[in-house]
Amino acid sequence: MRYQLIGVNHKSAPLDVRERLAIPESRLPDACRDLTAHPGIEEGMILSTCNRVELITHTTNGFADLREFLHHQFHLTAEELDSHLYEFRETEAVRHIFRVASSLDSMVVGEAQILGQVKEAYATARAIGAVRGQLDQLFTRAFAVAKRVRTETEVGSSSVSIASVAVELAKKIFGSLQGKNVFIVGAGKMSELAARHLMAHGCASIFVSNRTYDRAVGLAQKFNGQAIRFDDLYSTCDRADIVITSTGAPHAIFRREHGEQFLSRRKNKPMFFIDIAVPRDVSPEMAKLDGIFTYDIDDLQQAVTTHVADRHKEAERAEAIIASEVENFKARLEARQHTRDVVPLIVSLQDHLETIRQAEIDRVRGRLGHMTPDQEIAVEALTRGIINKVMHTPITTLKTAAKDSEVTTVIDVVRRLFNLQGKESGPASQANRHPSKEASNREAPNKAAEPRQ
Amino acid sequence: MALLWLRFALACYFVGLIYAFVALARPSDLFSRIALHAVSVGMVFHFVSLTEVFLSGRFIWASVHDAESLLAFISMTFFMIAYAIYQTTSPGVVVFPIVFFLTFVAAVGQQPSAFASSAQKGWLIPVHIAFIFTGYAALLFSFGASLLYLVQERRLKSKNPSSLASFLPALEVIDQIGYRSLLLGFPFMTLGLLIGSFVAVTTYGRMDFLDPKILLSILMWAVYMVMVVTRWSSGWRGRRAAVLATCAFVAAIVAWAANYFSAVHRFAAS
Repeated sequence: MRYQLIGVNHKSAPLDVRERLAIPESRLPDACRDLTAHPGIEEGMILSTCNRVELITHTTNGFADLREFLHHQFHLTAEELDSHLYEFRETEAVRHIFRVASSLDSMVVGEAQILGQVKEAYATARAIGAVRGQLDQLFTRAFAVAKRVRTETEVGSSSVSIASVAVELAKKIFGSLQGKNVFIVGAGKMSELAARHLMAHGCASIFVSNRTYDRAVGLAQKFNGQAIRFDDLYSTCDRADIVITSTGAPHAIFRREHGEQFLSRRKNKPMFFIDIAVPRDVSPEMAKLDGIFTYDIDDLQQAVTTHVADRHKEAERAEAIIASEVENFKARLEARQHTRDVVPLIVSLQDHLETIRQAEIDRVRGRLGHMTPDQEIAVEALTRGIINKVMHTPITTLKTAAKDSEVTTVIDVVRRLFNLQGKESGPASQANRHPSKEASNREAPNKAAEPRQ
Repeated sequence: MALLWLRFALACYFVGLIYAFVALARPSDLFSRIALHAVSVGMVFHFVSLTEVFLSGRFIWASVHDAESLLAFISMTFFMIAYAIYQTTSPGVVVFPIVFFLTFVAAVGQQPSAFASSAQKGWLIPVHIAFIFTGYAALLFSFGASLLYLVQERRLKSKNPSSLASFLPALEVIDQIGYRSLLLGFPFMTLGLLIGSFVAVTTYGRMDFLDPKILLSILMWAVYMVMVVTRWSSGWRGRRAAVLATCAFVAAIVAWAANYFSAVHRFAAS
C-alpha cells in the first residue's frame, strides 16, 4: 500500500491560500499529467473544490516529494504553504479518502455534493490514464463506502440550512411545491435565498412587496415574478401559499385578523409564514389559527441546530463504518500482495520439476530403445501425471497460505525443500523492475501456476 | 373453509394492528413494508373467504358476520387504493385496527346469524348493502384522515424539529385523502339509503321514521351531508372537520348498532 496524499482544506488553510491552490476544471487534466510525471509517482489524481485541494497518489517506492510538486506547480514558497498542509500515507491516506468521499470531512458534515466532486475528479484523472490499478481500487472502494455510510446512517438525511429547512417544512405542509405561490415581503438577502430554494423545488410564481417599490420590482425581475405595492399587501397576500417576510418594521405587520381574512378568502387552505425578521413580522397569535403555520428565525435556527447535532451523532457511527472498511481494504490489498509473492514460487517449482522430469526421461530413453509415437505419449502422460499428483497438495497449500500472514514462512520452507533459492525469475520480480509491464505480465504466472495436465 | 381463510386473513391483519399501535410512536420504513405485505396477503385470504361464502349459495350479506367481513374487505380495498395513489401506509393507523376488529368479530362467530328481513330476496338488497358499505368505508377513511390531519397539524405547530421526520404524509396529502373519500362515499351512501328506503316502502308499504335504524341512518346521512357542504363551501379542515367527521363516524357506528334494535332491519340472532 503506497498511497500518499497531501492537501489543504477549510480547516487547515484560509480561503486566500485555498484560492491560490484551486485548479479550474479545464486545467485539471494537465495538472494530473504533471503530477504523474513527477518523480516517484505512479498514479495521481487531484481533487479541487472550494473547500479543499488534495493530491492523491500511488508512489513507486513509498514516497514522493509532493510538497515540492505543489511549490513548483503553484509558485508558492514553503513558508507560504507548508504550515497549511496535511499529509497522509498508506492506511491513513485510505482513511482520509473514505472520510472525504463519505462527507465526514466536509464543512457541513453529510452534505451530498462532495461525493459528486470526488467522482468527477476521479473520472477526469482516469480518462487521461493518471488513475489505473491502485487508485482505481481505492476510489472504487471509497464510493462503495460512501454509499454504505449514506445508507446505514442518517448523516445526510436532515436539512442544515435555514433555506433548506424552510423548503422541508413547506413540503410537510403542502406535499409537492409544484404550482405553489410564494410571497416575499421585504426584499432582503435571506428572503431571496429562501425564495430561490423554494422556486428550485417547483414553486410556480413569486410576488414581491417592499416599502420601496423599486426594490420590489428589482427582486421580482430576478425571479420573473410580480411586484406588489406595499399598500396592496393585505389584499393580495392570500394568493400566496408561502409567505417569506423580513421587513424592518418595529412591530408585527401580520396579525391575527389578517390571518382570519386570508383564510376566509382562501377557503381555509393552509398558509405557511416564514418570518425571518427581527423583531418578528408575524404576530404569535397568528399561529393559533387553524391552517396558518408560522416559523420564525429562532424556530428555523433551532431545527438547523438540532439537525447539525443529529448529523454529528450519526457521524460517529459513520466513523466506525469507515474504520472497519479501512481494515477490510488493507487486508484485501495484503492478500493480493501475498498472492503476487506466491505466484513466482509456484512457477519456479513447476519449472524445477519439469526439468527433472525431462532429464529422467532422457536418461532412460536409451535403455527403453525405440518407442512408437503412442508409447511416447504414454510415457509423457505417465510422468506428467505423477508430477501433477505430487504437486497438487503443495500448490494448493501455497495458494491458501497466500491469504494469511504466515505466507512468508511457507514460501521459505518450500524454497528450502526444493532448493529453489535464487531460481525465481517470476513475473512479479520482473514487474518490479519494469512497472509499466506489470499489468500485462500479471496474467502469465496465473496461467502457468495451474497444474499441467 | 371460508371461516378458516378468514382466520388466516385475521392473522395477517394482526400485523397491521401492531403497525397501527407502533407507527405513530416509532415509525419505521421496514415495519411499514412488512405491514403492507402482511395485509396484502390478508386481503387475498379474505377475498377467498368471501368468494367461498358466495359460492356456497349462502346469501352473502344476510349474516351479521359475513356483513362485517365484507365491510372490513371494502375498507381494506379503500386503503389499497389510497396506497396506490399516495404511496403512504399512514391511513393504516386508523383503518387497520377497525378492519382487524371487524374481521375478528366475523372470524370468531361460529354460527352466523341470518338477516331476518323478508325483503332480503331480490337484487336491490345486495346493491343497497354494497353502496352503504362503500359509504361506510369512505366515512371511515375520512374520519381517519381527519385524525391524522390533526396529529400532523399539531406536530407542525409544535415546531419541534423531530416533526420534520414524521412518517405522516404532508398535510395537504392527508387532506386530499379525506376529501376524496368524502366525495366518493357520499353518493354511494345517498343511493344506498334511497334504495333501502325504496325496498322498505315496497316491502312494508310505508317508512317507519321512528324506527331506530331509519332514524339514525338519516341522522348519519345528514351529518355526512353537512361535512360535504362545509368542506365544499368553506373548505373546513383541521379541528372543525375532525369534529364533524367524528360525529358522522359515531353516527355510522350507532346506525350499524341499530341493527340490533330495529324492527325492520335486523339480524335474526342478534
